Amino acid sequence: MKLTLKIWRQATTDATGAMHTYQLDGVSEDMSFLEMLDVLNEQLNASDEEPIAFDSDCREGICGMCGLMINGQAHGPEVTTTCQLHMRSFKDGDEITIEPWRADAFPVLKDLCVDRSALDRMIQSGGYISANTGSAPDAHAAPVEKKKADRAFDVATCIGCGACVAACPNGSASLFLGAKITHLGELPQGQPERWDRVIGMVSQHDHDGFGGCTNIGECASACPKEIPLDVISQLNKDLRTAMVKGR
Amino acid sequence: MAVSGLLFIAFTLVHMYGNLKAFSGQEKFNDYAHHLREFGEPILPYEGFLWITRVGLLVALVAHVTSAVILARRASRARTTKYQYKKNKHSALSSRTMRWGGAALLLFIIWHLVNFSFGKVNPQTGETGAAAGDPYTLMVDTFDVWWMTVIYLVAMLALGFHLHHGTWSATQTLGYTNTATSRQRAKQAGWLLAIVIAGGFSLVPLSVMFGIIE
Amino acid sequence: MAMHDGTQALNQASNQLSDDAHGYYTRGENIIDAKAPVGPIKDRWTNRKFENRLVNPANRRKLDVIIVGTGLAGGAAAATMGEAGYNVKSFCYQDSPRRAHSIAAQGGINAAKNYKEDGDSTFRLFYDTVKGGDYRSRESNVYRLAEVSANIIDQCVAQGVPFAREYGGLLDNRSFGGVQVSRTFYARGQTGQQLLLGAYQAMERQVGAGTVQEFTRHEMLEVIVVDDRARGIIARNMVTGEIETHLADVVVLATGGYGNVFFLSTNAMGSNVTAAWRAHRKGAYMANPCYTQIHPTCIPVSGEHQSKLTLMSESLRNDGRIWVPKNREDCEKDPRDIPEEDRDYYLERIYPSFGNLVPRDIASRQAKNMCDEGRGVGPLVGDFRRGVYLDFADAIARMGKKAVETKYGNLFDMYARITGEDPYESPMRIYPAVHYVMGGLWVDYDLQSNIPGLFVTGEANFSDHGANRLGASALMQGLADGYFVLPNTIRDYLADGPFEKVSEDHPAVVEARTSVEERITRFLSINGTRSADSYHKELGHIMWEYCGMERSEDGLRKAIDLIRELKADFWSNLKVLGTADSLNQSLEKAGRVVDFIELGELMCIDALNRRESCGGHFRAESQTEDGEALRHDDEFAYVAAWEWGGDSLDGGQPVLHKEDLIYTAIEMKQRSYK
Ligand SMILES: Cc1cc2nc3c(=O)[nH]c(=O)nc-3n(C[C@H](O)[C@H](O)[C@H](O)COP(=O)(O)OP(=O)(O)OC[C@H]3O[C@@H](n4cnc5c(N)ncnc54)[C@H](O)[C@@H]3O)c2cc1C
Ligand code: HEM
Ligand code: SF4
Ligand code: FES
Repeated sequence: MKLTLKIWRQATTDATGAMHTYQLDGVSEDMSFLEMLDVLNEQLNASDEEPIAFDSDCREGICGMCGLMINGQAHGPEVTTTCQLHMRSFKDGDEITIEPWRADAFPVLKDLCVDRSALDRMIQSGGYISANTGSAPDAHAAPVEKKKADRAFDVATCIGCGACVAACPNGSASLFLGAKITHLGELPQGQPERWDRVIGMVSQHDHDGFGGCTNIGECASACPKEIPLDVISQLNKDLRTAMVKGR
Repeated sequence: MAVSGLLFIAFTLVHMYGNLKAFSGQEKFNDYAHHLREFGEPILPYEGFLWITRVGLLVALVAHVTSAVILARRASRARTTKYQYKKNKHSALSSRTMRWGGAALLLFIIWHLVNFSFGKVNPQTGETGAAAGDPYTLMVDTFDVWWMTVIYLVAMLALGFHLHHGTWSATQTLGYTNTATSRQRAKQAGWLLAIVIAGGFSLVPLSVMFGIIE
Repeated sequence: MAMHDGTQALNQASNQLSDDAHGYYTRGENIIDAKAPVGPIKDRWTNRKFENRLVNPANRRKLDVIIVGTGLAGGAAAATMGEAGYNVKSFCYQDSPRRAHSIAAQGGINAAKNYKEDGDSTFRLFYDTVKGGDYRSRESNVYRLAEVSANIIDQCVAQGVPFAREYGGLLDNRSFGGVQVSRTFYARGQTGQQLLLGAYQAMERQVGAGTVQEFTRHEMLEVIVVDDRARGIIARNMVTGEIETHLADVVVLATGGYGNVFFLSTNAMGSNVTAAWRAHRKGAYMANPCYTQIHPTCIPVSGEHQSKLTLMSESLRNDGRIWVPKNREDCEKDPRDIPEEDRDYYLERIYPSFGNLVPRDIASRQAKNMCDEGRGVGPLVGDFRRGVYLDFADAIARMGKKAVETKYGNLFDMYARITGEDPYESPMRIYPAVHYVMGGLWVDYDLQSNIPGLFVTGEANFSDHGANRLGASALMQGLADGYFVLPNTIRDYLADGPFEKVSEDHPAVVEARTSVEERITRFLSINGTRSADSYHKELGHIMWEYCGMERSEDGLRKAIDLIRELKADFWSNLKVLGTADSLNQSLEKAGRVVDFIELGELMCIDALNRRESCGGHFRAESQTEDGEALRHDDEFAYVAAWEWGGDSLDGGQPVLHKEDLIYTAIEMKQRSYK
């Protein structure tokens, strides 16, 4: 198939960017979206135009490195990561706009690459359980109710891609935050630091300039791992409890 | 935000119930308006309860609007470069119109208070204050003006939207929706309150316009 | 034969008779001392931990430790060393440490917990791992791995890793990779992700505490060796292009595997050999580079544009039946129209007792054989169809669609998403893909390379899996190295520190730095016509064809010639646009590709020298009468540790050092799956 691609290009963080239009022919529907961009890049390289920078690593939907705004939707039209999106979701003659994640907490580095280290900083501010190496009791010392273990797992599958932030009209990272709070809060091991964790992470979230959540729900529908909105409720609940406890 | 919002919901529910007294006729309605002012006597002075409510609502309003402004500013700072093209996947229109809808409601509330509370402006006779007539007359006269009714109906539509999202959003903000079912229920409650409150309020102006109440 | 520590050696040192790689390499000294402790195998690690000197807590702050890599091996080490109070600098090329490729592991992690009371033990895990590695690993290392495996699970649970649990709330286990005990812990199909997030969070905690500094989007491009000790690295800031010098008392490489030398593999796009290869060029030995693991159940290639391959869990072979058409003419047909009598269930035919459950290497090799015979299925890629059917029709008839869905639903969904075909309706197509490399930088028992102060952990070293790796053992090794082994061995080295400060204008530092800068300038100034990617693809084709599952003397010689031509062409016809001082993915790629080319050459030489079929590979010249793999313990029970001997374009040849593998706790046996 033949496509018209409108792609955001920006040389550096401080440079002003703009949309550029490219034509690409011979796209097969078995290609992944990123393989389609690989082909475009080969074509650009051949015609002496610098290839478009975009991030990806595992290309199997688990590392969270990829992430593009495709036709106005984070990760494109399907519920999956950009790298797992295939060209069969498009048709011959389509025009596709491709932009980077946009949030001031995720500055654009170049073209379609952004800096998501703000997500790491949130984890640094409490997204862990303090268990020094070698200090752990036997793994069977604390049984975990299966229902809780399952919920913890379900939300721990967040890949930290940032699509929730990109999709949110408020630019909030509450889904990401809620997923971690819920994962660790469901487990007995996560209890001792539970209230400090939520305060620490939320403060960092706000400090880094993410927006506040107004429960619109675009995040959950963009999330490739289908993290549900109830993690935000859990986050709010934990935050309220923590504040009542005077942390 | 959620707490003040829920306070508004409680208030609007009671307020709507009061308005529906219009269907029982002029006397009952005016009695009710009067009774509101005597409520709680002698523990509270005349209009005491009303003032407590007014102060409460005012505080809530200030809190609500302040938080709304803060949230809106945070959101606009969180994304200073806008998307060239952005689609919304599954979110409700109501959720994305809270700010504009809220601002419309604020304007409306101001007019509404001028109209019925502080100013008492009778749009038909042009009279103000006590001359505007008893509460019932004032109401009927107001809604006999077609564009007044339209303003009120539009405001109620905005209120319906605001409540549709606001109800669910408040339960979510307060952390009561930790499961898929509770989320479902909160959303249903949003629909219910939006329809009941906005619909309930709309009944009176509509009835006046269609001559059911005169 | 009695060993000096009173244990009994059960085999003799090797005596290689063949010399297929004659003319491609030179011989160096044998490695006599890999610093493995002596005494009964079960006491060795305990003794070593005790012998190793301690570092005074007050001194730790003054010791700078560079850890390159944030996968299980690097992330766990950074967290642990940070907790201990060392001053750690951690590097990765992704934008976050959480994205290291350990994240992609699906199946699970082994540990000798014996929670199932099914007869598992440290010794059994040790035994299975050595046997699975076809007796090409160092027994002391493997025993230690089995020994610390149980601690890993405790550690991970304490960090909040959400392993699968039973209704009683205790951990669930499954049996994995053909072993008879259930010792594999798992978190649905995302075990690697959950383990890595555990290590990542522990590491981020240390970043928050200030003991670990993280450098993301930084690519290590050189090791700094001063007075024969590793004293730092040169890294490129991938955003600004700045070439940075980082000095330290010790350097740890935990940079993962080099499976991407095949271009198509289940590795991540950025997985590379550069860190290891630069160390190799600085003197570190590369051990058993040709040992590659090829996984039988991957989603096949759909066309020339393909950029990577996706693994599907091996568990599919438990219920699916593998077949190809008997007649070539049927290869294009809809498989459902091919009658039973025209199907060749070749694994069931050739290996009646194991059938579809033969080990990975056999399943992989036979699939390639079928396709080479022209009986492959799926789209034509080049001249061949590269795929065989994995059919669930019988399973669906036997168990019902529901049961199949519960068991394999997520894998079927993944298949459907990638291929656009519905596996419930018509059989899946699978094909083998490169998945893991057992080879890597040579390390002694303490995980130290032959360059003092350069430690290597995880998939980047060669140490624990011999010529083949058991399923669910790489995660175990990564975490064992990172949490428990390295922190205990590195302290003996650091006890001599802090070492004398090195200044940034020390000649060795300047040399390292300039060489990196010159290379970059060179890439940008060739101004030819071909992209780095196109060289990578071509290299991949050569490697897959001649140095993949089945290797032959002629094929390998041919491959070496082809690779040398490719290398020469690379240096004269490469085209990299953009600048050095900005984010430039083509430039990054060029550096990685040329290192892969050099590595590919060494892999072929190593494979040529090893005239035996062993572990994951089949050497055409070494098979039994009925075509099965034939190992030669008498000739090849050694680790081939290669020293860089200069670029072949300049007439250089690698130098082979052998480390004999002597077993005292386990006796070598030929395997048989017939
Ligand atoms: C698809 C797949 C499934 C698997 N499933 C299983 C399984 O079920 N069970 C099992 O036991 N094993 C499995 N394995 C194997 C296992 O996952 C890996 O062997 C193991 O995770 C490797 O860990 P590591 O820490 O050594 O390296 P990695 O996790 O690969 O980490 C490498 C790190 O080094 C960094 N790095 C690399 N080069 C540079 C450089 N030049 N400069 C700076 N940083 C650099 C990277 O940024 C990264 O942080 C699987 C592997 C794959 C590919
Ligand atoms: C005075 C005019 C008003 C303004 C400017 C306003 C504005 C807003 C804004 C911007 C929000 C935040 C968006 C969100 O949380 O999704 C909000 C939330 C809400 N509003 Fe209003 N609003 C007004 C009046 C009302 C009234 C009259 C009611 C009730 C009848 C109400 C009930 C709510 C509720 C329940 C919420 C949700 C609170 C939460 O999620 O935390 N508001 N309002
Ligand atoms: S919550 Fe979903 S969208 Fe947000 S970072 Fe995690 S996986 Fe991505
Ligand atoms: S590249 Fe890893 S999730 Fe897409």
